[in-house]
This record gives sequence, C-alpha cells and structure tokens, in this order.
Amino acid sequence: MGQAELLGVMMATETTTREPEFEVRHHDSFGLRLQHVLHANPVLGPLAVLVVAIIAFSIVNPRFFSAPNLSLVLAQVTVIATLALGQTLIILTAGIDLSVGAIAVFSSILMANFATKAGMPGFLALILGLLCGTAMGAVNGFLVTRIKLPPFIVTLGTLTIFFSLNAVVSNSETVRGSDMPDLMTWTGTTIPIGGFRLTYGSIIMLLLFAYFFYALRSTSWGKHVYATGDDIEAARLAGIRTNRVLFSVYTIAGLLYAIGGWILIGRLASASPNVGVDYNLDSITAVVLGGTSLFGGRGGVLGTLIGALIVGVFRNGLQLGGVEVVWQGFAVGLLVLVAVSLDQWIRKVKT
Amino acid sequence: MTATATMTPVLQAKGLTKRYGRVTAIESGDLELYPGEILAVIGDNGAGKSSLIKALSGALIPDSGEIFMDGNPVHFRNPMDARTAGIETVYQTLAVSPGLDIADNLFLGREERKPGVLGSVFRMLDRGHMRSEARRHMTELGIGTLQNIGQAVESLSGGQRQAVAVARSAAFGSKVVILDEPTAALGVKEGNRVLQLIRDVRDRGLPVILISHNMPHVFEVADRIHIQRLGRRATVITPQSHSMSEAVAIMTGAAPPPPMVA
Repeated sequence: MGQAELLGVMMATETTTREPEFEVRHHDSFGLRLQHVLHANPVLGPLAVLVVAIIAFSIVNPRFFSAPNLSLVLAQVTVIATLALGQTLIILTAGIDLSVGAIAVFSSILMANFATKAGMPGFLALILGLLCGTAMGAVNGFLVTRIKLPPFIVTLGTLTIFFSLNAVVSNSETVRGSDMPDLMTWTGTTIPIGGFRLTYGSIIMLLLFAYFFYALRSTSWGKHVYATGDDIEAARLAGIRTNRVLFSVYTIAGLLYAIGGWILIGRLASASPNVGVDYNLDSITAVVLGGTSLFGGRGGVLGTLIGALIVGVFRNGLQLGGVEVVWQGFAVGLLVLVAVSLDQWIRKVKT
Repeated sequence: MTATATMTPVLQAKGLTKRYGRVTAIESGDLELYPGEILAVIGDNGAGKSSLIKALSGALIPDSGEIFMDGNPVHFRNPMDARTAGIETVYQTLAVSPGLDIADNLFLGREERKPGVLGSVFRMLDRGHMRSEARRHMTELGIGTLQNIGQAVESLSGGQRQAVAVARSAAFGSKVVILDEPTAALGVKEGNRVLQLIRDVRDRGLPVILISHNMPHVFEVADRIHIQRLGRRATVITPQSHSMSEAVAIMTGAAPPPPMVA
C-alpha cells in the first residue's frame, strides 16, 4: 500500500468513526446482552436457579411443595443463612471469614453456660453472649486492619483458637435446652402463619436480611463497603477510611454469627460444642451461589438469602426424591462450581 | 503572563525537601500556582514531580519547607486535610470505584443524607439529589451525553472514567485541581476530550496543576510550564517562549535552564 493510499485510509477511518465520544457502546449478541443483564442484576441468575429447582422438585415429589415441607426447608437454612449474612459483608470487602462456625458455636456455648453454670438471667446471658461474639469479630477486624494480615490467614488462626477455647469452656459437654432459661431456646419456637410454621429464629434472620439489604443500598456505610471491596486504594484516595470500614464489617459479622449461635440453640434445643464444623464452607457456599463475587465489591445480601435457600431446597428436594446423602453434597458442589464460573464470565464485562 | 508576578499565588510551595534515607526526592522544591491558570509540571523520571505533587495533595509530609494557600501557611497531614482546604487531586490510578455508578463515584466519601428523620436516624442517602447534582456537574463540563448517571463506572471507556474523575475534582475542588497524568492511558480522541475538560475547569475559574509526560498535550493546554529536574525547579517557561524540543533539552539536562520567563 502506497503512502498516500495509507493516508487516505486513515483519514477515512477518522471520519467514519466520528460517533459521539462519550456514549455507551451497544452489544448485539444475545450472550453479551445476557452477560450485561446479569452483570447489572446479579440476583437474577440465582433466583432463576431457585425457581427452577423448586418447580423441578415439586414435579418429582408433590410433597415437596407443601407448606409443612417448605417451613422445614426454611427452618433448616435459618442458621446458615444468618451466618452467610455476616460472611457476605466480609466477602464484599474482598475478604473471607473461616472463623464463622467457631464464633457462632462458641457464642452459643458461652450463652448457655452463662445462663446455666453461671446462673445468670436469660436476658443477661444472651446480651453477654452476643457481646462475646462481637468481640471475637472485632479481634478478626483488628488483626486484618492493624496487623495487616490477609483475612484468610487471620480467620484460619482464630478459627482454631475459638474452637479450642470453645472446647475448654464447654468441657466438651452439651448443655440441654431444658436446663436453660426459655429465652435461650425461644428462637426455636414456631408460630403458625397460614399453613406455614415459622420459627422466631427464621423471622429474626429475615429481619436481619431486610436491615442489611437497606444498609448496603441506602447508606454511606454500604457504599463504602462496596468501594472498599472494589478497589481499596481508590476508596482510600477518595477519602474513605477503609480501615474503619473493614473493622466495622468484621465486628458486625461477629455479632451476626453470635445471633446465629442463639438461633442454633433454638434449632437444636441444646448448645453443643461439637457442631458447626461445616458452617464455614456452607456459609461461603451460600454467598457464592447468591452471586456475590469472592473478589469483592459485587453482590449483595439478597443473593445470599437465595443462595442459602438453593442449598436448602436442593438437599431437601434430593432427599425427598430418594437421592442418598452423599450425592446431595455432590450436587451442591457442582452448583458452586457453576456459580463461580458464571461469576468469572460476568466479571469479564468490560467497556 | 507578566502580571502573575504581582499576584498572590493560590498555592505556593517554598523550599520543600523530602529525603528517603540517602535518596533525595525533592531538594528545596518551589512551585507557584496563580489564579486562573493551567500550570504544567514536567520532568524526567525521578525528577521529583510525584513527590512534589504528593506533598501538595497531602499524600506525603515534607521533611522541611512550607506550603501556602492564598499567602497563608497550611499544613497537610493526610489527603483529607488537603481536600478540606479545597485541593482536589485526580491520581494516575484514577481513584474511581469501578463497581459503583457515576453518581456514587462523584459523591464517594461525601455522600449526602436525606433531610429529617430519614437521614438522621435511618441514615438514608438522598440518592435523587445526588443524581441530579451529579448530572448537573457532568453537564457543566460538557459531558452530559452520558445516558445514565446510574450506570456503573466499569461500563465506561477509559476517557469517560477519566471524565468522571475530573468532574469530581472540579465539582468539589474549591481552590485547586491537581491532575496526575490524566491522558496517559487514553487514545488520541479521548485524550483530546480530557484536555478540553481541563480547559473547561480552568475557564470556570479553578487553577489546574497538570503533571504529564505528553509534550504535545502540555504545550497545547498549559499557560506556564514548570520544569522539574534533579529534585528542584530548573525553570519555568511558557509554550510561547520555548519549543517542545527546547523544553525536553532543559528537562534532560542537555541544555542549561534559561531564566524563569514567568
């Protein structure tokens, strides 16, 4: 190509590409449009999975879609959903919390022992137990923000520490619900609503989700949580006190885990030091299935609630369908992999 | 620009020094920014441009030297101090949060709450007001063509993101706007668009400090050009007094620095 010819081509390109410079580009293919829609509304994917799963399981076994069974599913997911709520806040800041189960179970043991061995009134034992859980979250937050350790390492350490303290305090003994004040097991009490039987624990859980849905969307704190997880350096340069945001998130998560511990006492009608080993991964599963990105800054608590329900619906539905327990885990594992792959794909949306 | 000599600088640095161990980043660094001008700061890598700018934006505390605003001494301990004093900085790394929308980014770190109980007790943000304000600021700078103020910044092109960052600094900077390499990552057209933005900011009365490696851009928009060399100010020239190649020669030490022309 001669030089003059080349110049001509360049000039032609210059004139033909004169579209408005600050305008959004449009994609035409269906895949890309779907990618954009999911990117803008990350809850749609999990919601579709949940709806499809409910329909499918109802066809396989009509008993699935009955009020008693759906009430059971909700009761089964309540503890994990509450823990996953705290986990969501932390994952939104691009962190991770492995000490979820340890804090929840240790808090429940502390509450139970305050109320029985220490002979405190139920209300006081509850408040103290919640404060202890909050303090454990604050320890995580302190280590992450002040000592500048990666959240994975911090919570791996505190996971082990809290579980061993838990063994020491509980003396590896279960405290029976009947020995505790009524307030301790109140969360397991059911109230009939229509044909459904909701536990107070489930209602507390749903209220917490509603509250944090609001706080993340409509307060400065929420915006700062997203900004911190999105790009911590950019957030800091924008004047956000990122350490303060992170510390608040870990501390609030501790409180939420302790509330989860309280709900757990109601669910088990006892406080056992030997449960909760799976809670870490279960809570992360719910968060990931709900479309919150492990890289931070993307997602929300509504997705997590749906994610927790997906796990509950799958386990319950497969059981009713006569699938063995081992294969239920297999199915949930597959779901997680699909969800993370989807997240990767959605995140590739760029200009 | 001879008039500048009799004016009080909006922002002035006198004898700033910053050492890291035995490495001297700035050696008695001076700088004057006058009202209504675009001052370009150029210099080779390691000439101390970044350190000088960081000292002016509060991101770095100098070992010695003084900073004045409108003739009054000021002390910045962190970026927030400088911002409170009316100095807005757009960092090279953009400092926008890609996942948040345009309005959220514009108000990031200084969100506005709803009036009354909703704001004070429930801490509810006044999203409607922030969006309309964001739209107003973007339109004022001629970037109103963005269709949706609620779209995520990551869905924007590099130039649009830079425009958001510049709009934020122009909206909140009451005294000075500092731009660090605003066109470095942009294509030709987008770069030109941002240059126009910089002029618009100046024309609205905000003086601008522009740090850039891009000589054509510097010579296109700057009123005066501050040349930093070996940690200190070599000289100040204007696009009229010297050519681009002369500026590069002074910057690299190939030519002796001429006396300050402005």
